[in-house]
Amino acid sequence: MPISEILFWVLSTTAVVCSLLVIASRDAVHSALFLIVTFFAVAGHYFLLNAHFLAAVHVIVYAGAIMVLFLYAVMMLNLKKDEESGKKPWFKFAAAISAGLFLLVLTVAVKRTESPQIIGTDTQIGTVESLGQVLFNEFLLPFEISAFLFLSAMVGAVLLSKKQLS
Amino acid sequence: MSINYYLYLSTALFCIGAFGVIYRRNAIVKFMCIELMLNAVNLLMVAFSTVWGQAQGQVFVFFIMAVAAAEVAVGLAILMMIYRNLQSTDTSILSKLKW
Repeated sequence: MPISEILFWVLSTTAVVCSLLVIASRDAVHSALFLIVTFFAVAGHYFLLNAHFLAAVHVIVYAGAIMVLFLYAVMMLNLKKDEESGKKPWFKFAAAISAGLFLLVLTVAVKRTESPQIIGTDTQIGTVESLGQVLFNEFLLPFEISAFLFLSAMVGAVLLSKKQLS
Repeated sequence: MSINYYLYLSTALFCIGAFGVIYRRNAIVKFMCIELMLNAVNLLMVAFSTVWGQAQGQVFVFFIMAVAAAEVAVGLAILMMIYRNLQSTDTSILSKLKW
């Protein structure tokens, strides 16, 4: 078994187990910490697929920016621990059945498709240079529009969290 | 290495995220599960972009990350406002628009 395959299984197990723990843990801070581990596992998968730029961006954006935002929100909200206690029992079954059926349908659909092999793991498409070429030639307009999206998100977040909308 | 392994992995991650969105009632954890689902799709896009040797898939992942960051910023601001009004982030309280 080559080293990349071993790494794949280790990272996959980490991602799945930690994402299950995100749901299972009672404390929102624990959920956030397990989510960080999941993000790092996904970043490791990007490295395995030779998408180095995306791996770096993923760590910076998700583990850096988004999780800090989540932890700040958890800190400021001061959540009580017994929020999930009044849940109806059929609710758990409904959630499990619907998610399980979804998993079943998708798994069967994947099983029936023909699968191409990942051949070019030594390709250069994931480097900063080639991605920059594509991003600033083919996708220049969406790139500029995403800047407007960020601006409007920033204004919206400030406006929403103001004390009073006079 | 077959692409099927990546398909199964992202399917599992996506279903775990969907399950969490239905199962948990804390709105912050719901947000985290939405991030999990986005991550599953991102992983699959990178895998297929490597299979076909096209960089467009990875550029799309870049845009999805940008949209996810904006979504989290606005969503958590909305959550703060809800908490300020109701003193809770339990989504089962927010049922006034239901009927």
